[in-house]
Amino acid sequence: MAIKQKTKSLKARQDKLSDTFFQLNVLNGKELKDTTFPKFSDQIKQAGFTSLKPSQISIFQLNIGKLCNQTCSHCHVDAGPDRTENMTRELLEKCVEIIAHPSITTVDITGGAPEMNPNFRWFVEACTALGKKVINRCNLTIIRANKKYHDLPDFFAKHQVNVVSSLPYFSKRRTDAQRGDGVFEDSIKALEMLNAVGYGKEGSGLQLDLVYNPTGAFLPGDQLSLEKEFKSQLKRRYNIDFNSLYVITNIPISRFLEYLLASENYEMYMDSLVQAFNPSTVENLMCRNTISVGWDGYLYDCDFNQMLDLKVAAPKSQHINDFDMDLLNKRSIVLNQHCYGCTAGSGSSCGGEIT
Amino acid sequence: MKNKKEGYYQPEDLKKFGKITEFQEELGKKFFDYYGAVFKDGALTAREKALIALAVAHSEQCPYCIDAYSSDCLAKGADEEQMMEAVHVAAAMKAGVALVHATQMMGHVKKLTM
Ligand code: SF4
Ligand code: SF4
Repeated sequence: MAIKQKTKSLKARQDKLSDTFFQLNVLNGKELKDTTFPKFSDQIKQAGFTSLKPSQISIFQLNIGKLCNQTCSHCHVDAGPDRTENMTRELLEKCVEIIAHPSITTVDITGGAPEMNPNFRWFVEACTALGKKVINRCNLTIIRANKKYHDLPDFFAKHQVNVVSSLPYFSKRRTDAQRGDGVFEDSIKALEMLNAVGYGKEGSGLQLDLVYNPTGAFLPGDQLSLEKEFKSQLKRRYNIDFNSLYVITNIPISRFLEYLLASENYEMYMDSLVQAFNPSTVENLMCRNTISVGWDGYLYDCDFNQMLDLKVAAPKSQHINDFDMDLLNKRSIVLNQHCYGCTAGSGSSCGGEIT
Repeated sequence: MKNKKEGYYQPEDLKKFGKITEFQEELGKKFFDYYGAVFKDGALTAREKALIALAVAHSEQCPYCIDAYSSDCLAKGADEEQMMEAVHVAAAMKAGVALVHATQMMGHVKKLTM
């Protein structure tokens, strides 16, 4: 079944929110809303950190393009079929050189739908040849989108790629409401294909993790308990197996920010993030061990800062062509009000809860 | 136009629930400790407990609790169908409770009539 797109990208609609500066102004009570919340950087200070520094970069995360076969209503990348930005082979080759550094253990590939970048398979092979662990953030439906993607499960298996896939709920209603009509059905079929080659099956060594993020203006519940529920429901209803469930909080930026404003949930949601600030998450924030690379080669503390165009605070090493591990390991992480999304409750990162 | 703040049941009052300790700290604290312990995972999961609470919120018709447990059920991973079924349990219980009293009425009527 073809997917019915939820919307177009903010960029294609020429929405004011496609301007990252405008988004930051909204988050700081200078545009659209005059509500201000305590400054995130002050909260961090109160938690005992003068500034936030990396521990050591070990995860190299790349957003290799904004092109996607879906247009989810909560997408923080503002991705979709109407976006054309894709990382070039030349930049990817430069990334491979850096990935060879011994402190980089993991390459985390995201998008858009990263598989739509024509250099995707070459890049995965180059990283695994270096002996690095490769994570691919796969939206599932891409496997079903076109014949040329049907063999992706075999390709992933051959290279022992850790597949991490979004499935906001184990029912059609919630999933399609966030991701587009037809997404749930295609996602289940794609999961069946991944299970068929061994993904998520005990003893196969092929890791299939799912990502749960709330389908609305509420915070996620306990990861372990949601994982149990997902496992039993997906097994009972569809005979699907997977390894872990990562519970991720929606960060109030891009299309999720648009949703919060349009549904008049913005203040309530920000307030619940601020109220749930948990100082013990700070130590394990993902920006402390990750560097995030944009499709055009610029460097960021995380994928969210990337989408807000907040480049790393290392003026001499802001682009992959000037990558300097020492300078980057010494930088201060750029913080803003959206960071409350990472410190609420049990905390949130690309690998789920952090406490 | 009537001031929105007038009248009973202001949504913002829900946030003040924790402040009931202001007038009686010891008992308020005991209540919240107990309340917190009840809703933890146990023989029933926290999600199942939230669904029970949602049903009770409806039978007790408490708007604060309906808001609070609708949010809580969503957060704990319950879906719309499960939540509506929980409310149907409350509704069926209410109907059953009313109807089972009909036996009292019937007995009384039968006693008084020929
Ligand atoms: S959330 Fe993922 S699948 Fe959805 S539009 Fe964004 S990048 Fe594509
Ligand atoms: S949004 Fe990025 S920079 Fe901010 S706390 Fe989260 S990971 Fe760190």
